Amino acid sequence: MLYKKTLHELIELVDRGEVKPLEVFESLLKRIKEKDEKINAYVNYFEEYEANDRVGILKGLPLAVKDNMHIEGKPTTCSSRMLSNFIAIFDATAVRKLKENGATFIGKTNLDEFAMGSSTETSYYGVTKNPWDTTRVPGGSSGGSAAAVASGEAIAALGSDTGGSIRQPASLCGVVGLKPTYGRVSRFGLVAFASSLDQIGPITRDVRDAAILMNIICGFDPKDSTSARVECEDFTRYLNQSINGMKVGIYEKSLMDCSQDVQVAMEESVRILESLGCKVSPIELPHAKYAVSDYYIIAPAEASSNLARYDGVKYGFRAEEFKDLKEMYIKTRWQGFGEEVKRRIMLGTYVLSSGYYDAYYLKAQKLRGLIKQDFDNLFKEYHCIISPTTPTEAFKIGEKADNPLQMYLSDIFTIPANLTAIPAISIPNGLSKNGLPLGLQIMADVFREDIIFKVASAFEREFNIRDKLPLD
Amino acid sequence: MEYEAVIGLEVHIQLLTKTKIFCGCSTDFGAPPNTHVCPVCMGMPGVLPVLNKKVVEYAIKLGLALNCRINKFSRFARKNYFYPDLPKGYQISQYELPILEGGAVEIFINGGYKKIALERIHMEEDAGKTVHKPDGSYVDFNRAGVPLLEIVSKPVMHSPEEAGEYLKSLRRIVRYLGICDGNMEEGSLRCDANVSVRIKGEDKLGTKTELKNMNSFKHVEKALEYEIERQIDVLKEGGKVIQQTRLWDEKSGITKPMRSKEESFEYRYFPDPDLVPLIIDDKWIDDVRKTLPELPKEKLERFIEEYGIKPEDARVLVEERELAEYFERAAKESKEPQSVANWILSELLGYLNRDGKEIKDTLIKPEQIGKLVELVEKGIISGKIAKTVFKEMYNSGDDPEKIVKEKGLIQITDRGEIEKLVEEVLESNPKAVEQYKAGKKNTIGFFVGQIMKKTKGKANPKIVNELLVKKLEEK
Repeated sequence: MLYKKTLHELIELVDRGEVKPLEVFESLLKRIKEKDEKINAYVNYFEEYEANDRVGILKGLPLAVKDNMHIEGKPTTCSSRMLSNFIAIFDATAVRKLKENGATFIGKTNLDEFAMGSSTETSYYGVTKNPWDTTRVPGGSSGGSAAAVASGEAIAALGSDTGGSIRQPASLCGVVGLKPTYGRVSRFGLVAFASSLDQIGPITRDVRDAAILMNIICGFDPKDSTSARVECEDFTRYLNQSINGMKVGIYEKSLMDCSQDVQVAMEESVRILESLGCKVSPIELPHAKYAVSDYYIIAPAEASSNLARYDGVKYGFRAEEFKDLKEMYIKTRWQGFGEEVKRRIMLGTYVLSSGYYDAYYLKAQKLRGLIKQDFDNLFKEYHCIISPTTPTEAFKIGEKADNPLQMYLSDIFTIPANLTAIPAISIPNGLSKNGLPLGLQIMADVFREDIIFKVASAFEREFNIRDKLPLD
Repeated sequence: MEYEAVIGLEVHIQLLTKTKIFCGCSTDFGAPPNTHVCPVCMGMPGVLPVLNKKVVEYAIKLGLALNCRINKFSRFARKNYFYPDLPKGYQISQYELPILEGGAVEIFINGGYKKIALERIHMEEDAGKTVHKPDGSYVDFNRAGVPLLEIVSKPVMHSPEEAGEYLKSLRRIVRYLGICDGNMEEGSLRCDANVSVRIKGEDKLGTKTELKNMNSFKHVEKALEYEIERQIDVLKEGGKVIQQTRLWDEKSGITKPMRSKEESFEYRYFPDPDLVPLIIDDKWIDDVRKTLPELPKEKLERFIEEYGIKPEDARVLVEERELAEYFERAAKESKEPQSVANWILSELLGYLNRDGKEIKDTLIKPEQIGKLVELVEKGIISGKIAKTVFKEMYNSGDDPEKIVKEKGLIQITDRGEIEKLVEEVLESNPKAVEQYKAGKKNTIGFFVGQIMKKTKGKANPKIVNELLVKKLEEK
């Protein structure tokens, strides 16, 4: 039952010579073969264990990677027909760093097409099911990674987070998901959705595993001009520390939009934090109510440009019949992209068009600045801010698929961290009445992952749902 | 009614950096298709641009040379449009905050200087090339990502000639700076023109057309001439100029409108989120300033002042930095800079033009020109012999002294020796002497020719003349 272990447990077992990484791989592969037909967490999983000669902290243990990051020689589909035939020709920097630290890989996980969605329902390869209840979505867009980690189809995984795509599925699947500070982790080799918001981060079963992976994937990358020249630190040293005296802000207004389960869970988590010595006080975020609208201007604007390269000329899908260049473009993009991607390309094209640019894009950028100002002010006073990760438990497959606005609102709490570049984690926060996991989001100022790890680790020690994960 | 043309030029120059603007690929021209490419310049999924600092350095250089305002804070923006040779579906350029604004290009026209004001200069990446063949269209991405500077003038030129001088002056400067080879035929310098006409004296600009597809300076001027005339004709007939892009057709010598479909561009510019704002500090600017060479106009003025050469000669000499430097090295070797200039401008450039070569190709070292002038000045060889020596120098690269010595070309200046020769010639040509005596003074030319023939041109012509006259008068 090696697949049930956490990464740090397995590292120790391999270290002690009690387990070989190949055995872990085989255990995972067996689990995947049993489970994945139902869960559909993977777009591709690997049948062969490719040993890693480099001795590193990860000891040859296999990880899963969201299928919008490159592993050289493997397909990168972005769960889109557009890249259904695309093979990566280089490693993403995060993947390269994992390899350099002894990682191997078990497969590429499912996502909403080009990471656009909150449920994995927009994947060209079909929806991923929530392992807690397969009639429900796992969240998204990193739904495959979260479902794989929650169901024992992966020990730990990488996800990417543009508006909550790591934290929201982590919350809905009962696992840990961290979106680092923008610029902490190189975006090189991550297929861009919205460049100013995208960030790679870990999805794991506990906080320690998240710290271990963060230690590896962080750091300045000369190939990414937006990566930060900030020293990499050992995040594991912030685990199991006292958080006595920490000032925690809670955005109480947000709770009004949440299900009762979520409200109850938040009350409970405030009690836990207080019992650990934190001072929890309500805070105001005057511009937070505009965050979702803001996001749905900025992200589609960037996406409409980022996805222009998929034109059928150089790689990827090309429509079969066309009479001229223009028709080749139109048919390729019409057939190669799904509904949601097309919706966002149109939205983004619209807000960037002359005559609308000032009214939408420019205004959205100004608003982004105001939201950032809100948080900057708060972090002068508070060590961190907590909120639910999502307003509800995992919703049913199809429930919001036809109502994009409802779907977009499921990211209401996660989006501000992307707009403001701050780090935010989602950790399990108990179960709903339906027995489904809920998440607690902890946000801190830029490059203060140390605070996040301290608080998350302390909270997790008091309260976790690890024994309830659907690993059997 | 008198009409006036108003012209503004948009010039793209390809920078001579070794690598592309956002990746490490080579910028060399002429490699087999798609060999100077990588995932970044091919626009593969997941790649990111990283700015080549050299491009910024070159832009600052040009900014300093043209007295532009160097923006300490500038941004890259995406210009979005679909075209097969544009790998990302957008071109990384600069829009709202370009690196350089203002400044001017100085031109020399109608015997005086005139400043052509600039709007802005910005950095951007070049696109690839689409090649249409009978069996289909192909794309070569070697050029995709080659750094460009776009230099936008204000609409302040009023004749094709001014536009031509502007281009020549700009080309000269970028070549001096070593940031662009300025080769219009190969496309390393490209020019589009905005042109309109208005009644002379009016302030308001007329409706402009944009001219494209001019592949040489000559064609820029020709296209402008044609277009100005065309617009004036339209207005004279009571019509209106339509704002449009027109292509210059070299063969028929006219401009033709581009299909209007291709014009309605909506570029959706927005700041590129993959690149951080570009911050330029004073130190960077100062460091670049230290690398600035002497510019053509300064050099011109200095040549006239320091070497006392004719302004029109100086103007030709400073046309190319290499030529100017060549002249200066030669002139330093000689007390007669004007003679040095003459040799270079008439003889050396003549030979080079004949052979289709450039100054850097010549075997003659500049110091050797100086020495040649010295030999003539000191009377060691005659001017005529010097031409022979020069030809030999051009062919072999040998020192003039060596050639003179080996070929025995040293001038005969010994009066006794020449006197003997004069006497011989006069004695063996009594008829000619009689003619001279009878008043046909031009027979002297015949005698000179005879003596030169005997000496293979080596006799000092001045002494020959002098002695001839003396001896003939004595007879």
